[in-house]
Amino acid sequence: MSAQSSHGNPASGLAAAAPAALQHQFADLEQQRESATLGMWVFLITEVMFFGGMFTAYLIYRVMYPAAFQGASQHMLFWAGTVNTAVLICSSLFVALAVHAVQEDHRRLLVFFLLLALLLGLAFLVIKGYEYHDHWVNHKVPGASFQFDGPDPLHAEVFFALYFLMTGFHALHMVIGVGLVSTIAFLAWRGRFSPAYHTPVDNAGLYWHFVDIIWIFLYPLLYLIGHRRLW
Amino acid sequence: MSTATQITETENYLNVDYGIKSWLLTTDHKRIGLLYLASITLFFFVGGFFALLIRLELLTPGGDLVQSDIYNRLFTMHGIVMIFLFLIPSIPAVIGNFFIPMMIGARDMAFPKINLLSWYLFMAGGALILYSILTGGADTGWTFYTPFSTEYSNSRVVAAALGVFVAGFSSILTGLNFIVTIHRMRAPGMTWSRMPLFLWSNYATAVIQVLGTPVLAITLALVFLERVLHIGVFNPQMGGDPLLFQHLFWFYSHPAVYIMILPSMGVISEVVPCFARKRIFGYAFVAMSSVAIAVFGFLVWAHHMFVAGVSVYSALVFSLLSYAVAVPSAVKVFNWTATMYKGSIYLRTPMLYALGFIGLFTIGGMTGLFVAALGIDVHVTDTYFVVAHFHYIMVGGAVMGYLAAIHFWWPKITGKLYPELWGRIAAATIFLGFNLTFFPLFIAGYLGMPRRYHAYAPEFQVLNVFSTAGASILGVGYILPLLYLLWSLRYGKDAGDNPWNAAGLEWMTASPPPTHNFAETPVVTWDPYNYNELPDMPEEE
Repeated sequence: MSAQSSHGNPASGLAAAAPAALQHQFADLEQQRESATLGMWVFLITEVMFFGGMFTAYLIYRVMYPAAFQGASQHMLFWAGTVNTAVLICSSLFVALAVHAVQEDHRRLLVFFLLLALLLGLAFLVIKGYEYHDHWVNHKVPGASFQFDGPDPLHAEVFFALYFLMTGFHALHMVIGVGLVSTIAFLAWRGRFSPAYHTPVDNAGLYWHFVDIIWIFLYPLLYLIGHRRLW
Repeated sequence: MSTATQITETENYLNVDYGIKSWLLTTDHKRIGLLYLASITLFFFVGGFFALLIRLELLTPGGDLVQSDIYNRLFTMHGIVMIFLFLIPSIPAVIGNFFIPMMIGARDMAFPKINLLSWYLFMAGGALILYSILTGGADTGWTFYTPFSTEYSNSRVVAAALGVFVAGFSSILTGLNFIVTIHRMRAPGMTWSRMPLFLWSNYATAVIQVLGTPVLAITLALVFLERVLHIGVFNPQMGGDPLLFQHLFWFYSHPAVYIMILPSMGVISEVVPCFARKRIFGYAFVAMSSVAIAVFGFLVWAHHMFVAGVSVYSALVFSLLSYAVAVPSAVKVFNWTATMYKGSIYLRTPMLYALGFIGLFTIGGMTGLFVAALGIDVHVTDTYFVVAHFHYIMVGGAVMGYLAAIHFWWPKITGKLYPELWGRIAAATIFLGFNLTFFPLFIAGYLGMPRRYHAYAPEFQVLNVFSTAGASILGVGYILPLLYLLWSLRYGKDAGDNPWNAAGLEWMTASPPPTHNFAETPVVTWDPYNYNELPDMPEEE
């Protein structure tokens, strides 16, 4: 029974004939693309649930302690948050344009748009860091040094705790997104993607849009509650 | 038989490569399943060791073996290890990993590398929890209730919570892989209504894992951050609300019960038709009841909080919804029973476990109705009645299903038959030992014996002696399969491709299967459980 070697690995022959990007477990590129896309969407659902826990906590305390939350929200850096919102929306546009560019086989445009998105992502993190610094200087970081003059300082501190948790986890996702888009940009520059194979670009784009959308919800909840004087 | 000799010499997933690297870097779903099998077996006996110490301590009313501080750590680590490191990964990560691609005629999972990553995350979480144990363990109960866990406990809460957090991501990735695999990797002709019911129940499980586990992750992250950074989210002294913790925790941890039991139900739906030689009764109802359990499971969490201070109206609604879970559960029990009706039943080991499951799950489920009822729940909250109830579900249900699965598919996994006589002896021992351990606890709990204390009133001693005696029998029952299954690896008879003449694609390839499962991608043209078209069960040798 030694003449069994031809029986060994049915996929090895198949993989040799198939396109290089096709992984062994899939029958064709179409199946691989559909799987990767569905996997990304399921992953994003888990992310929604992850952030959902914090949004639930926010919602409950917001309803329980409206005065403290509105008062604490006045200490947000309104313009920093607003500019960051614009920055992220623009970055999402560039990611969408990058996905379009790869479909049209414009390698240079693809890299260009990805780098622009990357730059805006970094700008977001810099502005966010500046805000954190401002809160630190003004004793708005929960803990021993926290000071708050308005009504109900105990629950104003809860607002700031949630603010740092939610924006902190969001910023962590931004950092991961920056790493992801850098990788994709590098691979794009190396000519890895084509109109026939660009699922990683699409999926990185999905992730980027998702992180943006989280911010789109964070911005009004944290910066726009209560009656705010704009200047 | 000439086929038997052929099988031993054919290349399969086990002999294709040797050496530690070929295992630790494998992306073969079957090998990853075996990695999980070895890991969770280890953790099962770690958790069992704690159970042994608990039962020994409870042999007498006083604190003879340990005092309250150590006792708190024992039951906490028993719960954490058994739930997060054994029950939740048990059937999905071992049997599901191994058989889901085979049952749908695929070569592998959709994401083999993520599959391996999930095992490494699981081991990292397990290592953190073992570290917590070796440095003293946590004493919060497996529920990590705040503010005790974030403020007052001086035990190793951080390591234990981080371990559960990390292991949770393993569970998420497994669920994600299952969902995509079942959606996208089915062989031609394998329509949704031709899928074995094991796949339906694992699909429902995966949905819970994907939707629920991230909420546990963020909840434990908040516990961790509150404990380490002293920010107020759950601590009332700092403006937080401990009830919020309980809501978030049980939003995952109640559905987690269905992560443990649904895969077992899937196993029973495979085993019962095979050993009754009949089509499953009411395929669509059994399939949809899995989905219904997953959906209802997300709407009942506050029944863990009836005495915690939720409003009476929400308690009413949650009580009513908890009753609703009984409907799809009962549908399954009735359908399994109807499947056996007028079947030719073979009482082989997997079937014994399946019958045990049906009986014990019925008791566990019926007592679930007791604790879903507001008035009775107030009476039995935090008593041994609740302990007995959930052990009937998790041990009587989930573990029986797991053992049924291990015995049913052992010939396919290893190519060897386990010794049938020993299998039957172990199944009977486990059934007997289990009931002796936990049935007295229903009585003790109903009479008012509170859980989570190392000492108790002397009038409960008789019941506790029964329980500890039962636990010893149960322990022997669990060690037996470990011994004879390992024995069978070397001395077991060759199984052949299909020792049960069972339906299902996994039985149509070699035992053990080749790395890519099938020589050619199968094309499915038949309905599942077509036992009327298959030859009868082979004779016992």
